[in-house]
Amino acid sequence: MSESDPSSESENCVSDRISQIVRDIPRSGIRDFFELVQAKGDVISLGVGEPDFSTPWHIREAIIRSLERGQTSYTSNLGMPKLRELIAEYVESFFGVKYDAKEEVIITVGVSEALDLAFRALLDPGDEVIYHEPCYVSYSPTIVMAHGRPVPVATRPEDGFSLRASDVASAISEKTKVVVLNFPTNPTGAVQPLAELEAIARLIVKHDLFCITDEIYSELRYDIQTGDPHVSIASLPGMRERTILLHGFSKAYAMTGLRLGYACAPHAIVEAMMRIHQYSMLCAPITSQVGAIEALENGAGPVEEMRKSYEVRRNLFLQGMKEIGLPCFTPGGAFYAFPDIRKTGLSSAEFCVQLLEEENIAVVPGSAFGATGEGFVRCCYATAPDLLEKALDGIRRFVASRS
Amino acid sequence: MHHSDEIDPLLVHLQRDARLSPEALATMTGGDADEIARKISAWEESGAILGYHTVIDSSKAGGAAVRAHISVDLRPEDGHGFDRLAARIARFDEVKDCFLMSGGADLVVVVEGASLHEVAQFVAKKLSTMDGVERTMTAFQLGGYKQNGFLAGSGMDEDRLAITP
Repeated sequence: MSESDPSSESENCVSDRISQIVRDIPRSGIRDFFELVQAKGDVISLGVGEPDFSTPWHIREAIIRSLERGQTSYTSNLGMPKLRELIAEYVESFFGVKYDAKEEVIITVGVSEALDLAFRALLDPGDEVIYHEPCYVSYSPTIVMAHGRPVPVATRPEDGFSLRASDVASAISEKTKVVVLNFPTNPTGAVQPLAELEAIARLIVKHDLFCITDEIYSELRYDIQTGDPHVSIASLPGMRERTILLHGFSKAYAMTGLRLGYACAPHAIVEAMMRIHQYSMLCAPITSQVGAIEALENGAGPVEEMRKSYEVRRNLFLQGMKEIGLPCFTPGGAFYAFPDIRKTGLSSAEFCVQLLEEENIAVVPGSAFGATGEGFVRCCYATAPDLLEKALDGIRRFVASRS
Repeated sequence: MHHSDEIDPLLVHLQRDARLSPEALATMTGGDADEIARKISAWEESGAILGYHTVIDSSKAGGAAVRAHISVDLRPEDGHGFDRLAARIARFDEVKDCFLMSGGADLVVVVEGASLHEVAQFVAKKLSTMDGVERTMTAFQLGGYKQNGFLAGSGMDEDRLAITP
Protein backbone atom coordinates (compact mmCIF):
# COMPACT_ATOMS: atom_id res chain seq x y z
CA MET A 1 0.00 0.00 0.00
CA SER A 2 1.35 3.45 -0.91
CA GLU A 3 2.06 6.14 1.65
CA SER A 4 -0.61 8.36 0.17
CA ASP A 5 -3.36 5.80 0.59
CA PRO A 6 -5.76 7.63 2.91
CA SER A 7 -7.20 4.45 4.45
CA SER A 8 -3.74 3.17 5.35
CA GLU A 9 -2.81 6.56 6.80
CA SER A 10 -5.85 6.70 9.02
CA GLU A 11 -5.23 3.08 10.02
CA ASN A 12 -1.68 3.92 11.08
CA CYS A 13 -2.96 6.87 12.98
CA VAL A 14 -5.49 4.74 14.84
CA SER A 15 -3.02 1.97 15.63
CA ASP A 16 -0.66 4.58 17.13
CA ARG A 17 -3.40 5.58 19.50
CA ILE A 18 -4.15 2.07 20.77
CA SER A 19 -3.24 1.77 24.45
CA GLN A 20 0.51 1.51 24.99
CA ILE A 21 0.02 -1.44 27.35
CA VAL A 22 -1.82 -3.40 24.67
CA ARG A 23 0.64 -2.42 21.95
CA ASP A 24 3.47 -3.77 24.08
CA ILE A 25 1.85 -7.19 24.46
CA PRO A 26 3.47 -9.49 21.91
CA ARG A 27 1.31 -11.43 19.49
CA SER A 28 0.81 -14.99 20.66
CA GLY A 29 3.24 -17.36 18.93
CA ILE A 30 0.37 -19.81 18.74
CA ARG A 31 -1.68 -17.38 16.72
CA ASP A 32 1.00 -16.98 14.01
CA PHE A 33 1.34 -20.70 13.73
CA PHE A 34 -2.43 -21.16 13.69
CA GLU A 35 -2.65 -19.01 10.58
CA LEU A 36 -0.01 -21.12 8.83
CA VAL A 37 -1.94 -24.28 9.67
CA GLN A 38 -5.28 -22.79 8.59
CA ALA A 39 -3.81 -21.96 5.19
CA LYS A 40 -2.98 -25.62 4.69
CA GLY A 41 -5.80 -28.11 4.31
CA ASP A 42 -6.03 -31.69 5.50
CA VAL A 43 -3.68 -31.43 8.45
CA ILE A 44 -3.34 -34.07 11.16
CA SER A 45 -3.39 -31.86 14.20
CA LEU A 46 -1.68 -32.57 17.49
CA GLY A 47 -1.90 -28.85 18.02
CA VAL A 48 -5.06 -28.43 20.01
CA GLY A 49 -5.46 -27.61 23.68
CA GLU A 50 -8.71 -29.47 24.15
CA PRO A 51 -10.21 -32.95 24.32
CA ASP A 52 -11.18 -34.70 21.10
CA PHE A 53 -14.46 -35.70 22.72
CA SER A 54 -17.61 -33.67 22.40
CA THR A 55 -19.29 -32.79 25.67
CA PRO A 56 -20.88 -35.99 27.06
CA TRP A 57 -24.38 -36.44 25.70
CA HIS A 58 -26.17 -36.28 29.07
CA ILE A 59 -24.77 -32.76 29.55
CA ARG A 60 -25.76 -31.65 26.06
CA GLU A 61 -29.23 -33.13 26.64
CA ALA A 62 -29.60 -31.14 29.90
CA ILE A 63 -28.59 -27.98 28.03
CA ILE A 64 -31.11 -28.63 25.25
CA ARG A 65 -33.90 -29.17 27.79
CA SER A 66 -33.08 -25.96 29.59
CA LEU A 67 -33.23 -24.06 26.29
CA GLU A 68 -36.57 -25.69 25.50
CA ARG A 69 -37.85 -24.48 28.87
CA GLY A 70 -36.69 -20.98 27.98
CA GLN A 71 -33.98 -20.77 30.62
CA THR A 72 -32.14 -17.86 29.02
CA SER A 73 -32.02 -15.16 31.67
CA TYR A 74 -29.22 -13.61 33.72
CA THR A 75 -28.15 -15.45 36.84
CA SER A 76 -26.81 -14.05 40.10
CA ASN A 77 -23.42 -12.36 39.55
CA LEU A 78 -21.70 -15.11 41.50
CA GLY A 79 -23.51 -17.81 39.51
CA MET A 80 -26.49 -20.09 40.12
CA PRO A 81 -26.74 -20.97 43.83
CA LYS A 82 -27.27 -24.66 43.08
CA LEU A 83 -24.15 -24.79 40.93
CA ARG A 84 -22.11 -23.04 43.62
CA GLU A 85 -23.30 -25.59 46.17
CA LEU A 86 -22.36 -28.48 43.87
CA ILE A 87 -18.96 -26.89 43.24
CA ALA A 88 -18.32 -26.46 46.97
CA GLU A 89 -19.22 -30.13 47.54
CA TYR A 90 -17.06 -31.27 44.65
CA VAL A 91 -14.04 -29.18 45.65
CA GLU A 92 -14.29 -30.49 49.19
CA SER A 93 -14.42 -34.11 48.06
CA PHE A 94 -11.82 -33.83 45.28
CA PHE A 95 -9.30 -31.38 46.76
CA GLY A 96 -10.17 -31.72 50.45
CA VAL A 97 -10.71 -27.99 50.94
CA LYS A 98 -13.99 -26.59 52.28
CA TYR A 99 -15.50 -23.38 50.85
CA ASP A 100 -18.77 -21.63 51.67
CA ALA A 101 -20.98 -21.90 48.57
CA LYS A 102 -22.64 -18.55 49.32
CA GLU A 103 -19.57 -16.39 49.85
CA GLU A 104 -16.44 -18.15 48.65
CA VAL A 105 -17.27 -19.40 45.16
CA ILE A 106 -17.60 -17.36 41.97
CA ILE A 107 -18.53 -18.79 38.58
CA THR A 108 -16.72 -17.31 35.62
CA VAL A 109 -16.42 -17.50 31.85
CA GLY A 110 -13.74 -20.18 31.84
CA VAL A 111 -10.66 -20.25 34.04
CA SER A 112 -9.27 -17.54 31.75
CA GLU A 113 -11.71 -14.98 33.11
CA ALA A 114 -11.16 -16.19 36.67
CA LEU A 115 -7.42 -15.74 36.21
CA ASP A 116 -7.91 -12.21 34.90
CA LEU A 117 -10.22 -11.35 37.80
CA ALA A 118 -7.77 -12.82 40.29
CA PHE A 119 -4.83 -10.74 39.01
CA ARG A 120 -6.92 -7.58 38.81
CA ALA A 121 -8.27 -8.18 42.31
CA LEU A 122 -4.84 -8.74 43.86
CA LEU A 123 -2.32 -6.62 41.96
CA ASP A 124 -1.31 -3.01 42.33
CA PRO A 125 0.96 -1.47 39.68
CA GLY A 126 4.46 -2.95 39.91
CA ASP A 127 3.52 -6.00 42.01
CA GLU A 128 5.42 -9.06 40.89
CA VAL A 129 3.88 -12.39 40.00
CA ILE A 130 5.98 -15.55 39.95
CA TYR A 131 4.90 -18.40 37.66
CA HIS A 132 6.61 -21.43 36.18
CA GLU A 133 7.57 -21.65 32.52
CA PRO A 134 6.90 -23.19 30.01
CA CYS A 135 3.30 -22.31 30.78
CA TYR A 136 -0.09 -21.46 29.40
CA VAL A 137 0.13 -18.54 26.99
CA SER A 138 -2.12 -16.15 28.87
CA TYR A 139 -0.31 -15.83 32.21
CA SER A 140 2.19 -13.16 31.27
CA PRO A 141 -0.16 -10.90 29.22
CA THR A 142 -2.91 -11.15 31.83
CA ILE A 143 -0.47 -10.07 34.55
CA VAL A 144 0.69 -7.16 32.39
CA MET A 145 -2.87 -6.05 31.68
CA ALA A 146 -3.46 -6.02 35.45
CA HIS A 147 -0.41 -3.71 35.73
CA GLY A 148 1.68 -6.39 37.38
CA ARG A 149 5.18 -7.55 36.51
CA PRO A 150 5.56 -11.14 35.25
CA VAL A 151 8.46 -13.07 36.82
CA PRO A 152 8.78 -16.41 35.03
CA VAL A 153 10.77 -19.18 36.73
CA ALA A 154 12.20 -21.80 34.40
CA THR A 155 11.39 -25.45 35.07
CA ARG A 156 13.80 -28.09 33.85
CA PRO A 157 13.39 -31.09 31.58
CA GLU A 158 15.49 -33.18 33.99
CA ASP A 159 12.87 -32.49 36.70
CA GLY A 160 10.04 -33.47 34.37
CA PHE A 161 9.20 -29.73 34.25
CA SER A 162 8.13 -29.69 37.89
CA LEU A 163 8.93 -26.60 39.93
CA ARG A 164 11.83 -26.45 42.39
CA ALA A 165 11.09 -24.57 45.60
CA SER A 166 14.68 -23.29 45.57
CA ASP A 167 14.04 -21.63 42.18
CA VAL A 168 10.90 -19.99 43.57
CA ALA A 169 12.91 -18.78 46.58
CA SER A 170 15.49 -17.08 44.36
CA ALA A 171 12.76 -15.30 42.39
CA ILE A 172 11.06 -13.79 45.45
CA SER A 173 11.67 -10.07 45.96
CA GLU A 174 10.05 -7.50 48.24
CA LYS A 175 7.68 -6.73 45.34
CA THR A 176 6.45 -10.31 44.99
CA LYS A 177 2.77 -10.65 45.71
CA VAL A 178 1.53 -13.81 44.01
CA VAL A 179 2.83 -17.24 43.00
CA VAL A 180 0.90 -18.99 40.21
CA LEU A 181 0.94 -22.78 39.94
CA ASN A 182 -0.52 -24.98 37.20
CA PHE A 183 -0.14 -28.72 37.72
CA PRO A 184 -0.74 -30.78 35.65
CA THR A 185 0.78 -28.23 33.30
CA ASN A 186 -0.16 -27.03 29.84
CA PRO A 187 2.06 -27.46 27.71
CA THR A 188 4.30 -30.05 29.37
CA GLY A 189 1.91 -32.42 31.17
CA ALA A 190 4.13 -32.04 34.25
CA VAL A 191 2.91 -32.93 37.73
CA GLN A 192 4.42 -31.58 40.95
CA PRO A 193 6.08 -33.86 43.53
CA LEU A 194 4.43 -33.44 46.93
CA ALA A 195 7.64 -32.58 48.81
CA GLU A 196 8.42 -29.65 46.47
CA LEU A 197 4.80 -28.48 46.64
CA GLU A 198 5.01 -28.46 50.45
CA ALA A 199 8.29 -26.54 50.33
CA ILE A 200 6.72 -23.94 48.01
CA ALA A 201 3.72 -23.63 50.35
CA ARG A 202 6.08 -22.94 53.27
CA LEU A 203 7.82 -20.23 51.22
CA ILE A 204 4.51 -18.61 50.33
CA VAL A 205 3.43 -18.59 53.97
CA LYS A 206 6.82 -17.34 55.17
CA HIS A 207 6.83 -14.41 52.73
CA ASP A 208 3.11 -13.74 53.24
CA LEU A 209 2.27 -14.11 49.52
CA PHE A 210 -0.88 -15.12 47.69
CA CYS A 211 -1.13 -18.23 45.56
CA ILE A 212 -3.24 -18.76 42.46
CA THR A 213 -3.48 -22.43 41.61
CA ASP A 214 -4.86 -23.27 38.17
CA GLU A 215 -6.28 -26.76 38.65
CA ILE A 216 -7.91 -27.11 35.23
CA TYR A 217 -6.20 -30.45 34.45
CA SER A 218 -6.43 -31.95 37.95
CA GLU A 219 -8.79 -34.81 37.04
CA LEU A 220 -6.54 -35.87 34.18
CA ARG A 221 -3.80 -37.66 36.13
CA TYR A 222 -2.17 -40.89 35.00
CA ASP A 223 -0.18 -43.67 36.65
CA ILE A 224 -2.30 -42.96 39.72
CA GLN A 225 -1.75 -46.45 41.11
CA THR A 226 2.01 -45.81 41.22
CA GLY A 227 2.27 -42.06 41.83
CA ASP A 228 0.96 -39.60 44.41
CA PRO A 229 -2.73 -38.77 44.26
CA HIS A 230 -3.35 -35.21 43.11
CA VAL A 231 -2.77 -32.68 45.89
CA SER A 232 -3.72 -29.02 45.52
CA ILE A 233 -1.58 -26.49 47.32
CA ALA A 234 -4.85 -25.03 48.70
CA SER A 235 -5.11 -28.08 50.98
CA LEU A 236 -1.67 -27.61 52.57
CA PRO A 237 -1.24 -26.00 56.02
CA GLY A 238 -1.67 -22.23 56.09
CA MET A 239 -2.60 -22.04 52.42
CA ARG A 240 -6.38 -21.92 52.25
CA GLU A 241 -6.59 -18.32 53.49
CA ARG A 242 -4.08 -17.09 50.88
CA THR A 243 -4.99 -19.23 47.87
CA ILE A 244 -7.32 -18.73 44.93
CA LEU A 245 -8.22 -22.14 43.58
CA LEU A 246 -9.19 -21.94 39.91
CA HIS A 247 -10.95 -24.75 38.18
CA GLY A 248 -13.45 -25.32 35.40
CA PHE A 249 -15.30 -27.73 33.17
CA SER A 250 -13.42 -27.37 29.89
CA LYS A 251 -10.93 -30.19 30.11
CA ALA A 252 -12.33 -32.91 32.36
CA TYR A 253 -15.87 -32.64 30.98
CA ALA A 254 -14.85 -31.70 27.43
CA MET A 255 -16.73 -28.39 27.60
CA THR A 256 -14.09 -25.96 26.23
CA GLY A 257 -16.43 -23.94 24.01
CA LEU A 258 -19.05 -23.64 26.74
CA ARG A 259 -16.57 -21.45 28.65
CA LEU A 260 -17.26 -22.24 32.27
CA GLY A 261 -14.85 -21.93 35.16
CA TYR A 262 -14.86 -20.93 38.80
CA ALA A 263 -12.74 -19.59 41.60
CA CYS A 264 -12.81 -20.64 45.24
CA ALA A 265 -11.14 -18.30 47.71
CA PRO A 266 -11.66 -16.53 51.03
CA HIS A 267 -14.68 -14.23 51.02
CA ALA A 268 -12.73 -10.95 50.75
CA ILE A 269 -11.01 -12.12 47.56
CA VAL A 270 -14.16 -13.52 45.98
CA GLU A 271 -15.93 -10.27 46.83
CA ALA A 272 -13.15 -8.29 45.10
CA MET A 273 -13.27 -10.54 42.04
CA MET A 274 -17.05 -10.23 41.96
CA ARG A 275 -16.79 -6.44 41.91
CA ILE A 276 -14.87 -6.63 38.60
CA HIS A 277 -16.93 -9.50 37.19
CA GLN A 278 -20.29 -7.76 37.81
CA TYR A 279 -19.28 -4.73 35.75
CA SER A 280 -17.55 -6.63 32.94
CA MET A 281 -19.11 -10.06 32.46
CA LEU A 282 -22.14 -9.67 34.73
CA CYS A 283 -22.56 -13.44 34.94
CA ALA A 284 -21.44 -16.59 33.19
CA PRO A 285 -23.89 -17.82 30.51
CA ILE A 286 -26.83 -19.59 32.12
CA THR A 287 -26.81 -22.32 29.45
CA SER A 288 -23.29 -23.34 30.39
CA GLN A 289 -24.12 -23.19 34.09
CA VAL A 290 -27.00 -25.61 33.53
CA GLY A 291 -24.62 -27.94 31.71
CA ALA A 292 -22.16 -27.69 34.60
CA ILE A 293 -24.86 -28.68 37.11
CA GLU A 294 -25.54 -31.82 35.09
CA ALA A 295 -21.78 -32.45 34.78
CA LEU A 296 -21.28 -32.36 38.54
CA GLU A 297 -24.39 -34.37 39.32
CA ASN A 298 -23.90 -37.17 36.80
CA GLY A 299 -20.58 -36.71 35.04
CA ALA A 300 -18.11 -38.74 37.07
CA GLY A 301 -18.45 -41.85 34.90
CA PRO A 302 -17.78 -40.14 31.56
CA VAL A 303 -14.83 -38.21 33.04
CA GLU A 304 -13.19 -41.46 34.16
CA GLU A 305 -13.84 -43.03 30.74
CA MET A 306 -12.19 -40.07 29.01
CA ARG A 307 -9.28 -40.10 31.45
CA LYS A 308 -8.62 -43.77 30.72
CA SER A 309 -8.79 -43.09 27.01
CA TYR A 310 -6.19 -40.29 27.26
CA GLU A 311 -3.92 -42.53 29.29
CA VAL A 312 -4.01 -45.23 26.61
CA ARG A 313 -3.17 -42.70 23.91
CA ARG A 314 -0.43 -41.15 26.04
CA ASN A 315 1.16 -44.61 26.24
CA LEU A 316 0.90 -45.07 22.46
CA PHE A 317 2.45 -41.67 21.84
CA LEU A 318 5.31 -42.17 24.30
CA GLN A 319 6.09 -45.58 22.78
CA GLY A 320 6.20 -43.84 19.38
CA MET A 321 8.59 -41.16 20.68
CA LYS A 322 10.83 -43.90 22.09
CA GLU A 323 10.94 -45.70 18.74
CA ILE A 324 11.57 -42.45 16.88
CA GLY A 325 14.34 -41.55 19.31
CA LEU A 326 13.02 -38.19 20.51
CA PRO A 327 13.60 -37.89 24.27
CA CYS A 328 10.31 -37.30 26.07
CA PHE A 329 9.69 -37.46 29.81
CA THR A 330 6.55 -39.31 30.92
CA PRO A 331 3.88 -36.65 31.50
CA GLY A 332 1.79 -37.47 34.57
CA GLY A 333 -1.25 -35.44 33.57
CA ALA A 334 -3.21 -33.29 31.08
CA PHE A 335 -3.16 -34.55 27.48
CA TYR A 336 0.14 -33.17 26.27
CA ALA A 337 3.58 -34.61 25.67
CA PHE A 338 6.57 -32.30 25.34
CA PRO A 339 9.30 -34.07 23.41
CA ASP A 340 12.82 -32.66 23.12
CA ILE A 341 13.57 -32.01 19.45
CA ARG A 342 17.06 -30.51 19.85
CA LYS A 343 18.79 -33.51 18.23
CA THR A 344 17.25 -32.50 14.88
CA GLY A 345 19.32 -29.31 14.98
CA LEU A 346 16.17 -27.26 14.38
CA SER A 347 14.61 -24.58 16.54
CA SER A 348 11.14 -25.49 17.76
CA ALA A 349 9.54 -23.03 15.34
CA GLU A 350 11.57 -24.44 12.41
CA PHE A 351 10.65 -27.97 13.43
CA CYS A 352 6.94 -27.14 13.48
CA VAL A 353 6.90 -25.21 10.21
CA GLN A 354 8.91 -27.84 8.33
CA LEU A 355 6.91 -30.73 9.80
CA LEU A 356 3.75 -28.98 8.67
CA GLU A 357 5.11 -28.34 5.17
CA GLU A 358 6.54 -31.80 4.60
CA GLU A 359 4.18 -34.11 6.50
CA ASN A 360 1.01 -32.07 7.04
CA ILE A 361 1.26 -32.58 10.78
CA ALA A 362 0.67 -29.76 13.24
CA VAL A 363 2.42 -29.60 16.61
CA VAL A 364 3.02 -26.40 18.55
CA PRO A 365 6.48 -24.82 19.07
CA GLY A 366 7.53 -24.99 22.71
CA SER A 367 8.74 -21.40 22.41
CA ALA A 368 5.10 -20.27 22.22
CA PHE A 369 4.90 -21.16 25.92
CA GLY A 370 7.86 -19.05 26.98
CA ALA A 371 11.55 -18.89 26.12
CA THR A 372 12.27 -21.97 28.23
CA GLY A 373 10.09 -24.04 25.90
CA GLU A 374 12.62 -23.60 23.08
CA GLY A 375 13.95 -26.95 21.89
CA PHE A 376 10.65 -28.69 22.62
CA VAL A 377 7.29 -29.07 20.90
CA ARG A 378 3.87 -29.56 22.42
CA CYS A 379 1.99 -32.56 21.09
CA CYS A 380 -1.62 -33.07 22.13
CA TYR A 381 -2.25 -36.81 22.00
CA ALA A 382 -6.03 -36.39 22.49
CA THR A 383 -6.72 -37.48 18.95
CA ALA A 384 -8.04 -40.68 17.35
CA PRO A 385 -5.56 -43.59 17.67
CA ASP A 386 -5.38 -44.15 13.90
CA LEU A 387 -4.54 -40.47 13.34
CA LEU A 388 -2.03 -40.66 16.17
CA GLU A 389 -0.35 -43.59 14.38
CA LYS A 390 -0.28 -41.62 11.13
CA ALA A 391 1.18 -38.62 12.92
CA LEU A 392 3.87 -40.80 14.52
CA ASP A 393 4.75 -42.25 11.09
CA GLY A 394 5.12 -38.73 9.71
CA ILE A 395 7.24 -37.52 12.63
CA ARG A 396 9.39 -40.67 12.26
CA ARG A 397 10.09 -39.91 8.58
CA PHE A 398 10.71 -36.26 9.35
CA VAL A 399 13.13 -36.88 12.21
CA ALA A 400 14.98 -39.60 10.24
CA SER A 401 15.51 -37.16 7.37
CA ARG A 402 17.07 -34.64 9.78
CA SER A 403 19.42 -37.01 11.61
CA MET B 1 -14.38 -69.31 34.99
CA HIS B 2 -13.51 -66.43 37.29
CA HIS B 3 -16.11 -63.68 37.55
CA SER B 4 -15.49 -60.31 39.10
CA ASP B 5 -17.49 -57.08 39.11
CA GLU B 6 -15.14 -55.26 36.76
CA ILE B 7 -14.62 -56.36 33.19
CA ASP B 8 -10.95 -56.70 32.21
CA PRO B 9 -9.83 -53.44 30.48
CA LEU B 10 -8.34 -55.53 27.66
CA LEU B 11 -11.83 -56.78 26.81
CA VAL B 12 -13.13 -53.21 26.80
CA HIS B 13 -10.44 -52.22 24.29
CA LEU B 14 -11.14 -55.28 22.13
CA GLN B 15 -14.86 -54.68 22.21
CA ARG B 16 -14.26 -51.22 20.78
CA ASP B 17 -11.66 -52.35 18.25
CA ALA B 18 -11.13 -56.07 17.73
CA ARG B 19 -8.22 -55.42 15.35
CA LEU B 20 -5.86 -54.41 18.17
CA SER B 21 -2.86 -56.71 18.28
CA PRO B 22 -1.45 -58.03 21.58
CA GLU B 23 1.54 -55.73 20.96
CA ALA B 24 -0.68 -52.65 20.58
CA LEU B 25 -2.66 -53.64 23.66
CA ALA B 26 0.59 -54.04 25.58
CA THR B 27 1.66 -50.49 24.68
CA MET B 28 -1.75 -49.07 25.50
CA THR B 29 -2.14 -50.71 28.87
CA GLY B 30 1.49 -51.05 29.90
CA GLY B 31 1.22 -54.88 29.95
CA ASP B 32 3.24 -57.70 28.40
CA ALA B 33 2.32 -58.74 24.84
CA ASP B 34 2.86 -62.49 25.38
CA GLU B 35 0.83 -62.46 28.57
CA ILE B 36 -1.97 -60.56 26.78
CA ALA B 37 -1.93 -63.04 23.87
CA ARG B 38 -2.29 -65.90 26.38
CA LYS B 39 -5.22 -64.18 28.09
CA ILE B 40 -6.99 -63.62 24.77
CA SER B 41 -6.56 -67.30 23.81
CA ALA B 42 -7.97 -68.33 27.16
CA TRP B 43 -11.01 -66.08 26.66
CA GLU B 44 -11.54 -67.49 23.18
CA GLU B 45 -11.39 -71.03 24.54
CA SER B 46 -13.73 -70.40 27.45
CA GLY B 47 -16.22 -68.56 25.23
CA ALA B 48 -15.82 -65.28 27.10
CA ILE B 49 -14.91 -63.98 23.64
CA LEU B 50 -17.54 -65.43 21.30
CA GLY B 51 -16.20 -63.93 18.10
CA TYR B 52 -15.06 -60.85 16.22
CA HIS B 53 -17.03 -58.93 13.65
CA THR B 54 -17.12 -55.71 11.68
CA VAL B 55 -19.97 -53.32 12.41
CA ILE B 56 -21.44 -52.47 9.00
CA ASP B 57 -23.89 -49.69 8.27
CA SER B 58 -25.78 -51.39 5.45
CA SER B 59 -27.35 -48.13 4.35
CA LYS B 60 -23.84 -47.10 3.27
CA ALA B 61 -22.24 -50.43 2.44
CA GLY B 62 -24.98 -51.50 0.03
CA GLY B 63 -26.50 -54.96 -0.26
CA ALA B 64 -28.90 -53.89 2.46
CA ALA B 65 -30.29 -56.84 4.32
CA VAL B 66 -33.75 -56.85 5.86
CA ARG B 67 -33.81 -57.24 9.61
CA ALA B 68 -36.75 -58.12 11.77
CA HIS B 69 -37.07 -58.17 15.54
CA ILE B 70 -39.47 -60.98 16.38
CA SER B 71 -41.07 -61.38 19.77
CA VAL B 72 -41.77 -65.07 20.34
CA ASP B 73 -44.01 -66.67 22.98
CA LEU B 74 -42.99 -70.22 23.89
CA ARG B 75 -44.69 -73.06 25.69
CA PRO B 76 -42.23 -74.14 28.36
CA GLU B 77 -41.22 -77.80 28.36
CA ASP B 78 -41.23 -80.06 31.35
CA GLY B 79 -37.75 -80.16 32.84
CA HIS B 80 -36.24 -77.84 30.21
CA GLY B 81 -38.22 -74.63 30.45
CA PHE B 82 -37.43 -72.51 27.40
CA ASP B 83 -33.82 -73.60 26.97
CA ARG B 84 -34.10 -76.47 24.52
CA LEU B 85 -36.53 -74.70 22.20
CA ALA B 86 -34.65 -71.40 22.34
CA ALA B 87 -31.39 -73.18 21.50
CA ARG B 88 -33.07 -74.81 18.49
CA ILE B 89 -34.32 -71.46 17.25
CA ALA B 90 -30.88 -69.91 17.73
CA ARG B 91 -29.32 -72.52 15.45
CA PHE B 92 -31.03 -71.21 12.29
CA ASP B 93 -28.55 -69.27 10.14
CA GLU B 94 -31.18 -66.58 9.60
CA VAL B 95 -31.19 -65.86 13.35
CA LYS B 96 -28.53 -63.29 14.26
CA ASP B 97 -29.44 -62.70 17.90
CA CYS B 98 -31.65 -64.64 20.27
CA PHE B 99 -32.32 -63.50 23.83
CA LEU B 100 -34.54 -64.71 26.66
CA MET B 101 -36.55 -61.75 27.94
CA SER B 102 -38.50 -60.66 30.95
CA GLY B 103 -41.86 -58.98 30.52
CA GLY B 104 -44.09 -59.55 27.43
CA ALA B 105 -42.63 -62.08 25.03
CA ASP B 106 -40.36 -64.94 26.12
CA LEU B 107 -37.77 -64.53 23.37
CA VAL B 108 -36.60 -61.74 21.13
CA VAL B 109 -35.17 -63.12 17.92
CA VAL B 110 -33.37 -60.94 15.40
CA VAL B 111 -33.64 -62.37 11.92
CA GLU B 112 -31.83 -61.20 8.82
CA GLY B 113 -32.72 -62.00 5.23
CA ALA B 114 -32.06 -60.73 1.72
CA SER B 115 -35.64 -59.52 1.28
CA LEU B 116 -38.88 -58.93 3.08
CA HIS B 117 -40.19 -62.08 1.42
CA GLU B 118 -37.32 -64.18 2.69
CA VAL B 119 -37.81 -63.06 6.30
CA ALA B 120 -41.57 -63.54 6.02
CA GLN B 121 -41.01 -67.06 4.67
CA PHE B 122 -38.71 -67.87 7.57
CA VAL B 123 -41.28 -66.71 10.12
CA ALA B 124 -44.23 -68.37 8.41
CA LYS B 125 -42.65 -71.67 7.43
CA LYS B 126 -39.91 -72.32 9.95
CA LEU B 127 -40.33 -70.35 13.16
CA SER B 128 -44.06 -70.20 13.77
CA THR B 129 -44.60 -73.84 12.83
CA MET B 130 -42.19 -75.19 15.46
CA ASP B 131 -43.85 -77.21 18.14
CA GLY B 132 -43.85 -75.08 21.27
CA VAL B 133 -43.91 -71.71 19.49
CA GLU B 134 -47.26 -70.25 20.52
CA ARG B 135 -47.19 -66.83 18.92
CA THR B 136 -44.84 -64.53 17.00
CA MET B 137 -44.94 -60.80 16.47
CA THR B 138 -42.63 -59.50 13.75
CA ALA B 139 -41.36 -55.93 13.61
CA PHE B 140 -39.24 -54.95 10.63
CA GLN B 141 -36.32 -52.63 11.22
CA LEU B 142 -36.82 -49.39 9.27
CA GLY B 143 -33.56 -47.59 9.92
CA GLY B 144 -30.60 -47.39 12.24
CA TYR B 145 -29.21 -44.71 14.51
CA LYS B 146 -26.75 -46.68 16.60
CA GLN B 147 -25.26 -50.12 16.20
CA ASN B 148 -23.07 -51.95 18.71
CA GLY B 149 -22.20 -48.68 20.41
CA PHE B 150 -21.37 -46.86 17.17
CA LEU B 151 -23.51 -43.94 16.06
CA ALA B 152 -24.61 -44.17 12.45
CA GLY B 153 -24.04 -41.20 10.15
CA SER B 154 -21.05 -38.93 10.07
CA GLY B 155 -18.56 -39.58 12.84
CA MET B 156 -17.74 -35.97 13.65
CA ASP B 157 -20.58 -33.71 14.67
CA GLU B 158 -18.64 -30.45 14.85
CA ASP B 159 -15.56 -28.72 13.50
CA ARG B 160 -12.55 -28.18 15.66
CA LEU B 161 -9.80 -25.63 15.15
CA ALA B 162 -6.44 -27.19 14.29
CA ILE B 163 -4.44 -25.10 16.75
CA THR B 164 -5.66 -23.81 20.09
CA PRO B 165 -3.76 -22.67 23.19
